[in-house]
Amino acid sequence: MAEFLQFCASGLTVGAVYALVALGFTIIYNASDVVNFAQGEFVMIGGMTTVFATAAGVPMPLAILIAIAAAMIIGLLLHRLAIEPARGASPVTLIIITIGASIFLRGLAAIVFDKQFHSLPAFSGDTPVLFGGAAILPQSFWVIGGALVIVVLLWTFFNRTLTGKAILATAANRLAARLVGVNTSFVIGLSFVLSAAIGAIAGILVTPITLTSYDVGTLLALKGFAAAMLGGMGNPIGAILGGLLVGLLEAFGAGYLSSTYKDAVAFIVILAVLFVMPGGLLGRASVERV
Amino acid sequence: MMRRLMSNRLAVPAILSLLVVGLFFVMPSSFYLRVAALVWISALAVIGLNLLMGYAGQVSLGHAGFFGVGAYSVAILPAQFGLHPLVSLIVGALAAALLAFLVGRPILKLKGHYLAVATLGFGILVFMVIGNEAWLTGGPDGMPVPRLVLGDWRVRGGEAWYWITGALMVVGSWIAVNLVASPTGRALRALHDSEVAARVVGVDVARYKLIVFVISAVYASVAGSTLALVNGFITPDAAGFLHSIQLVTMVVLGGMGSVLGSVVGAAVLIVLPQVLTAFHDYEHLLLGFLMMAFMILLRAGIVPSLSAAFAGRRA
Repeated sequence: MAEFLQFCASGLTVGAVYALVALGFTIIYNASDVVNFAQGEFVMIGGMTTVFATAAGVPMPLAILIAIAAAMIIGLLLHRLAIEPARGASPVTLIIITIGASIFLRGLAAIVFDKQFHSLPAFSGDTPVLFGGAAILPQSFWVIGGALVIVVLLWTFFNRTLTGKAILATAANRLAARLVGVNTSFVIGLSFVLSAAIGAIAGILVTPITLTSYDVGTLLALKGFAAAMLGGMGNPIGAILGGLLVGLLEAFGAGYLSSTYKDAVAFIVILAVLFVMPGGLLGRASVERV
Repeated sequence: MMRRLMSNRLAVPAILSLLVVGLFFVMPSSFYLRVAALVWISALAVIGLNLLMGYAGQVSLGHAGFFGVGAYSVAILPAQFGLHPLVSLIVGALAAALLAFLVGRPILKLKGHYLAVATLGFGILVFMVIGNEAWLTGGPDGMPVPRLVLGDWRVRGGEAWYWITGALMVVGSWIAVNLVASPTGRALRALHDSEVAARVVGVDVARYKLIVFVISAVYASVAGSTLALVNGFITPDAAGFLHSIQLVTMVVLGGMGSVLGSVVGAAVLIVLPQVLTAFHDYEHLLLGFLMMAFMILLRAGIVPSLSAAFAGRRA
């Protein structure tokens, strides 16, 4: 039982990060139909900027704010300089652009920062909390709690504010949204900024546990994308569910089966789910119009 | 005139043959011949993937998996069973075809991004098997590949491989062009435009998708085997996720649904990093920037965008 709880804790911690990345995918995808493979780079920027800002003597809370702001600016630039000019291009062209952007940002990080692995001090110490025989790092609570706070804030933003509702309207029908006076270009830009902030926060929260370096984004984008698809593309609740599930599957796969095949376990389950539910867990069946 | 020339089934293979022969005489050293051979090999895999993506409209983010199957069969089969490399190449291609047939049936029912993530998962599974079964594959360190010997001729050196890979690429383009012009090609384009409409006019959608998936897997496998033979060494990266992404990027960069575009896309993404190594630390920065710039300015891909601009000026 202690073992089970231990795997649950580590699975949920990693899963919360995947969930935030998947949520970032979903927000941008809903607003603009773009699958943004540079999503993982926001996580990297969050972690790396905080590491280097604190190393330069900036106090931690300020460093965190700087990192989130940096990611948001880069998210905005990504939209304005790379996605907006290619408006109307085919989805696969846009995907290649975001892959180009992720290579670019990785190259930039290698120059601006460096190619070493870095860590941050845990926010509230390294003494594990014992829970039912399982030792849980305090930072895990920060990651899971942080993810929870972000989800609640997002939900409020989307359902309680006019700007949030404008994003939902754009997601539902871009033309109709424009007709009722929504500035869809602003909304899509905002969705990039929002996703960047979420990614950066995830990166900052998880860096004390998993370390960070200029190239951690690729794997996170891959897992986040898989998680978003597992949950059902475009469904925010599906993204969270998918992320937590992928994290748990990895933890249990590594713990009970084999650590070398932990990624395989997650992908076998994803394949199996998609064969039975081709629209993901919470996705709707798509209907093709002729 | 131009259009009539391009519609001839021999035009594209002829252009590519001229390219292979012509380039040979301007190559200053055997290093350049080696890079060119790498371009021809990638082009072969990309031509196959373009059949799937450009004509049938199905995305695969796991094609490096098939590439890896081909690459590791010419490494493993001669070492374990003493098979001739050429026989191993064919066995590898058959294995890739069988794998594509078995995996393709369930996977190709998925659409769009769901298909992308399923093929991604497939590619990662192949990569993990290759990376982890060290007793067979040498694990992450890779394994040596025995030299190709044809009769008394030990194939070696940039020149020999330049011609062999160039010829393979031309043959691959010839088969692709003929396939596209055949009834199968028409069926593929029909299901690209609309699966429902294609089904209504009697196209067996599932069957044609599977056919082109298997064909593209064979292209990737043969390309993988050739690369392994040229390099004399193979690592799991050949089957990795980044390689799959690279192949897809080559297809889109060169132009979806264009055989010539496949070769151009492969050439750009193989040659560019070689050129950019001169910029050391700025290599990735520039590569990413150029990829974005190419796709924003030539969003239909290099060959279709340029030929449309060219035709527009003429008319």
